[in-house]
Amino acid sequence: MKINKKDIITVIINEASSIIDLENDKINFDTTIYGNDSRLDSLGLINLIVAVEQNIEDEFDVTITLADDRAMSQKRSPFNTVGTLTNYIEILLKEELND
Amino acid sequence: MIDKPVMIITGTRKGIGKYLAEYYTEKKFQVVGCSRGNVDFELDNYHHFTLDVCEEGDVKKMFSNIRKTYGRLDVLINNAGVASMNHVLLSPLKKTQDIINTNFIGTFLFCREAGKIMKKRNHGRIINFTSVGTKLKIEGEAAYTASKAAVENLTEVLSREYSEFGITVNAVGPTPVKTDLIRSVPKEKIENITKRQAINRLTENKDISNVTDFFIKYESEFITGQIIYLGGA
Repeated sequence: MKINKKDIITVIINEASSIIDLENDKINFDTTIYGNDSRLDSLGLINLIVAVEQNIEDEFDVTITLADDRAMSQKRSPFNTVGTLTNYIEILLKEELND
Repeated sequence: MIDKPVMIITGTRKGIGKYLAEYYTEKKFQVVGCSRGNVDFELDNYHHFTLDVCEEGDVKKMFSNIRKTYGRLDVLINNAGVASMNHVLLSPLKKTQDIINTNFIGTFLFCREAGKIMKKRNHGRIINFTSVGTKLKIEGEAAYTASKAAVENLTEVLSREYSEFGITVNAVGPTPVKTDLIRSVPKEKIENITKRQAINRLTENKDISNVTDFFIKYESEFITGQIIYLGGA
């Protein structure tokens, strides 16, 4: 299966917009998910990561764990922005699907 | 989404797990069981996965399958467990790691993945298995009782972390049950344990389902973070 970055971003934006109650077009690659500028509290972050993980599984028919050892040990968290999360999911999917 | 409640029971190939699978399929639950080996029984409303409870990839696939097939998860019973009687000075490290992996890591993994599905409906019941061995500090069971002590702490912390998702997390601690788990334990040793209980007998299967019924029922939504030991240990 070909991995399309746009599909990954769409999944994240759809979930993020419903959790932080913001219209889709107000969320972009640079929107902060985790950190001081984030509109998400800690529970919101948990809800987002779990929902994105499940929707990515459904979209690409694979099982992945977003909060894995690699993600949690990186100096710059892959959960910082929509963009960094997208890039991280792309890496996980490529490994899983041998794309 | 399926109409009837969906329950996962780990370690259903034999013993307490098999009994609970029979008991709850009779009670019209859709039961999903798992064990390292295949099962030699067939039940209506029962689906089996052959896996090791501490293999993350296989466990994730099982949960993904449950989410897509049934669309819900109501109850998780973390029954799978292994034990080994040995003085610490004669305990092989590999065996000790196996005990920690199955009893604690397996329980942890299933609790984590179950929470992800249960939170969506803001409802769930998780029941872990501990042992009176942990409370009574039984000599010769250091790794086993330590693994169950970890399960008890996990239960208590999870009850707090999961409370906002409408999920209760409790544990039941049976006294010795007549299963393969205590097959190699000398009779005298078992008697020494039961003597320390308020009621001096082995646990029967129905004693366990009585407690799991209590934790599961709708009215128990305010019961969480509790450890119930059987026999007054």
